[in-house]
Amino acid sequence: MDKAQKDQHTRYQQMVKEATPQPNRWKNAAMAFITGGLICTIGQLLYNLFEIIEPSRLETTAVTQAAMIALGAVATGLGFYDWLAERGGMGAAVPVTGFSNTITAAAMEFKREGYILGMGAKMFVIAGPVLVYGILSGFVISLLRAVLSGSLF
Amino acid sequence: MDYLTAFLTGGAICALAQIIYDNTKLTPAHILVSFTAAGAVLGGLGVYQRFAEFAGAGAIIPVSGFGNSIVMGMLSELERLGWEGLFTGAFEITGLGVTTAIVFGSLMAVLFRPKG
Repeated sequence: MDKAQKDQHTRYQQMVKEATPQPNRWKNAAMAFITGGLICTIGQLLYNLFEIIEPSRLETTAVTQAAMIALGAVATGLGFYDWLAERGGMGAAVPVTGFSNTITAAAMEFKREGYILGMGAKMFVIAGPVLVYGILSGFVISLLRAVLSGSLF
Repeated sequence: MDYLTAFLTGGAICALAQIIYDNTKLTPAHILVSFTAAGAVLGGLGVYQRFAEFAGAGAIIPVSGFGNSIVMGMLSELERLGWEGLFTGAFEITGLGVTTAIVFGSLMAVLFRPKG
């Protein structure tokens, strides 16, 4: 590469850098905050309702998470969740509704490859790693706790 | 009041995820996995429950709360069954949500087509 070519290359890199749209980080963070916050507020409403009928805190938590997962799936089916995710970014992805969205969206997307090897196999393409590493890290920390407290046997 | 704390704490967790996403090369899948694992570890250390007592749904609804539920299931089953609980407990609380996701996800896939 001679000098002229090198200069041209550097200038091109510069142009690419200028032309690439920079994400508006403050706005993105604010949108994620509002979106995630609103989803959690809906979660709080459901939690307060389920608290009346469920006997324990763990069960109330389980039912609230499941109800939000059901809502996330329905919102994905109706196409509303895509709209939300476009605006809310991580605010839509991080709540369990977003976890549910990854499952439903993959199921819808891969259905055309068949029900067994398409939908069935690829439904957990993103949610699978979440479960695997959630369980692995949970297993390790619980094992440590059990060993340290002597409650293993 | 609990609605406001849920909004603020849940929003803060999501904003943190967005800041990580915008400033690193991590994909949303990486972030979901890390937040779930972090929730599980903090749950095992007993930190997450204290946070959840204060934050309510703001701690339960993000995937970190899902990770915490995995550990809570393991620890409660550990108490009930002994070591077997480490293996049966992961879905003690989260099983309800995972099965819901499979049932509703499949139903939606049968009923609707993806747009575009």
